[in-house]
Amino acid sequence: MNVTVLLFASVADRAGTRRVELPCAAGDTVASVRDRLLERFPQLAAAVPTLMYAINEEYARESDPVPAGATLAMIPPVSGG
Amino acid sequence: MLIRVTPDELDTAEAIQAVGSPAAGAINVFLGVVRDNNMGRTVQYLEYDAYPSMAEKVMRELAEAAKERFGLEDCAVLHRTGRLEIGEASLLIAVSCGHRAESFEAGHWLVNEIKKKVPVWKKEVWEDGEAWVEGPESLGIQQAPASMR
Repeated sequence: MNVTVLLFASVADRAGTRRVELPCAAGDTVASVRDRLLERFPQLAAAVPTLMYAINEEYARESDPVPAGATLAMIPPVSGG
Repeated sequence: MLIRVTPDELDTAEAIQAVGSPAAGAINVFLGVVRDNNMGRTVQYLEYDAYPSMAEKVMRELAEAAKERFGLEDCAVLHRTGRLEIGEASLLIAVSCGHRAESFEAGHWLVNEIKKKVPVWKKEVWEDGEAWVEGPESLGIQQAPASMR
């Protein structure tokens, strides 16, 4: 199964894409999927300290499990308004 | 409750109409508009990115929370995306309630919460470059709150 990773704003610019499909295994967490993303896009490492995450549109912690088929969003510090 | 993330121009009249209620004694409208300067630099225009489906979900949760917290009759929250020129509205909040005091408080509370939690980002474009704004600097928050990590 796969997980769909969504990238936005500065993170999307650095990666050169807004959407990545990554393989997902049993026991995967937000942190493990993110680290798999970093293997593909090492240029995103600098963004990690301030990243937030969302699983299926709900804010999530690094230790939260990522179910197969989920959408995992990498959320840099928001600046709307 | 009117909640929308859209590339289209925000319509104040539509929001006012949407929150109208016979029990309301006040309708308070807030517009966040694009300023021509930030941190001492001249801004030419802003480009907004968003995670639209999640942004609408978070905006709806905040609107529900405001309704409960301030006893509102109704609430509208709209955020625009894409390229916005100086003076154009990026954020539109309209709240209706029985009395004016709560309407001002609710509007202020909503703006602050939206700036902290809704997945929307602005890029400033200057004459000689551009940069994504990371974190709502007007609130002194430059990175993700520890509670959300």
